[in-house]
Amino acid sequence: MTTAFKERNLLAVIGDEDTITGMLLAGIGHVERGKKNFLIVDSKTQVSAIEAAFQEFTERKDIAILLINQHVAEKIRPTVDKYQQAFPALLEIPSKDHPYDPAKDSILKRVQKLFGD
Amino acid sequence: MSGAGPRENIFPTRMALTNTKLRLKGAQTGHSLLAKKRDALTTRFRAILRKVDEAKRKMGRVMQLASFSLAEVTYATGDISYLVQEQAKSASFKVKAKQENVSGVVLPAFEVDRVPGTDFNLTGLGRGGQQVIRSKEVYAKAVETLVELASLQTAFMILDEVIRATNRRVNAIEHVIIPRLENTVKYITSELDEMDREEFFRLKKVQGKKKRDAEKADKLKSLQNADAERSPNVVEEGVESGGDLLSNRDEDVIF
Repeated sequence: MTTAFKERNLLAVIGDEDTITGMLLAGIGHVERGKKNFLIVDSKTQVSAIEAAFQEFTERKDIAILLINQHVAEKIRPTVDKYQQAFPALLEIPSKDHPYDPAKDSILKRVQKLFGD
Repeated sequence: MSGAGPRENIFPTRMALTNTKLRLKGAQTGHSLLAKKRDALTTRFRAILRKVDEAKRKMGRVMQLASFSLAEVTYATGDISYLVQEQAKSASFKVKAKQENVSGVVLPAFEVDRVPGTDFNLTGLGRGGQQVIRSKEVYAKAVETLVELASLQTAFMILDEVIRATNRRVNAIEHVIIPRLENTVKYITSELDEMDREEFFRLKKVQGKKKRDAEKADKLKSLQNADAERSPNVVEEGVESGGDLLSNRDEDVIF
């Protein structure tokens, strides 16, 4: 685990179209042999597809950070809450239509819990 | 006292006592070291915790700003999302992991690693090029914040894990290993004391018996002497019997 993060240098995104567009403009897009490091979620995207992408991104060895829109994370909340690995780091980000709610963030929940006791 | 609580299954000898005492000392040293490590980690953890909380809240504002700049782009050039998605080829915005050491724990920290040049040279060529460039910059800034937050968060996760493991160890030493070793030491000491007492008692017993036998022998002798004084011909017998020491058995001579 301690040495594994050396070759992790990509970011991955799961989110709505606007978020993805912005992230890609920033230059994080990486397409290799038809495999993208981003997934666009719209109202028609199946939850199973999101789950599959989440699994794929968390299992890939070259991804350091996985960004996921909070409203998307909300759809696969059990999977997200279960995710405990340090790598890739999972980050819930707000989207345009859904303002950020710290109460839902699985990390912040833990932070709150730790501050509580 | 010695039977209370669990102890190691060990034979009560002085050697074992020395060994167990050494191990107890080792466990105590280890306990204090681990407790120190835990304190150092917890201090670090608290600092990171506060930063994570702060950064998460800041992220909301940054992302809002970024979304707004994208809305400007959409307004100026129309929808570019498809174009952007199709032109994404290789990442120019990458992260580099470096590591930091906090009392023996390796914490990764991500650093932004930007390669100049972009996949979207032609985007916004017709109009809104300026907005596109600005949006790019704003988003890059936003992602930088996210990367920062991600490294904080990773450190948070790892520290959390390590602190738990350290706590488990500290508690195990404090509540299991040290009491057990102490019990063992007590057990061995009490067994050794018991043995000492037994030995002492045995010696006393032997001494008492010897004394009694000596008194008996003295009495017998004085009786014989008294007899000899009364009749001289018995003296000869007594001398004879004294000369015949080897043939008649003496009770004190056990070999």
